[in-house]
Amino acid sequence: MYAFIWRRLPGNRAAKLVGTLLLLGLAGLVLWYGVFPWLEPRVALDEVTVG
Amino acid sequence: MRAILRTIGELSITLGVVLLLFCAYLLWGTSAYTERHQRLLQRQLEAEQADKPLGKVELGGAVALIRIPRLGASYKYAIVEGVEDEHLRQGPGHYPGSAQPGEVGNFVVSGHRTTYAAPFNRIDELKKGDPIVVDAREARYTYQVTGTKIVEPTEVDVIEPVPGHPGKKAVKALITLSTCHPEYSARQRLIVFGSLTKTEERDVI
Repeated sequence: MYAFIWRRLPGNRAAKLVGTLLLLGLAGLVLWYGVFPWLEPRVALDEVTVG
Repeated sequence: MRAILRTIGELSITLGVVLLLFCAYLLWGTSAYTERHQRLLQRQLEAEQADKPLGKVELGGAVALIRIPRLGASYKYAIVEGVEDEHLRQGPGHYPGSAQPGEVGNFVVSGHRTTYAAPFNRIDELKKGDPIVVDAREARYTYQVTGTKIVEPTEVDVIEPVPGHPGKKAVKALITLSTCHPEYSARQRLIVFGSLTKTEERDVI
């Protein structure tokens, strides 16, 4: 899977590296600001009220 | 076959990294959210102190500042009105319908233990006699810890006007803090009880 993505990235080695970092950064941002805030209320590991 | 195995391996490693990142988000990412809202709530309290509006605060509004000297001189959180998820993310939340600060009855406040800046992370360290200071608009109320208790999430009588005695009429001003127990779990609740010992009226600023 990762080898496939690496092959599809354009340019020489350096350009591929930049592409990789960009993709990683994008994935991180989507997780941190999109997926995690959505997921967090669904895992009840800090329920504080009674009733 | 080999390619399939490799893909499964890669996906597993990816999932592991994502889970680690999620833990980091729970511990630190959620705190950033709370801190941002705490700044807003505390500013709201400061701004409103001057006009001294008494009585009920609407949902999502700032109720009072809570200070617990045992947890550090700089320990200070704005209590928000409401105990829904959206409120507790902003800071400790006051149960709507429970007593107001200093009022006869039970002033009930819940707060997160491990996420969202974890305001009540260390309330298990409170000992009998420790002060809990509540700075409301009109006065500073000092409560003294009278005891702690670990209860099941269904034991709602701890938030009654007289804790443990549903239906009984309150004659004392009490405070009850609640958070989850043990840490990182939703299994039980840690409850800290306190009783009002001192009221200092606030001078108009």
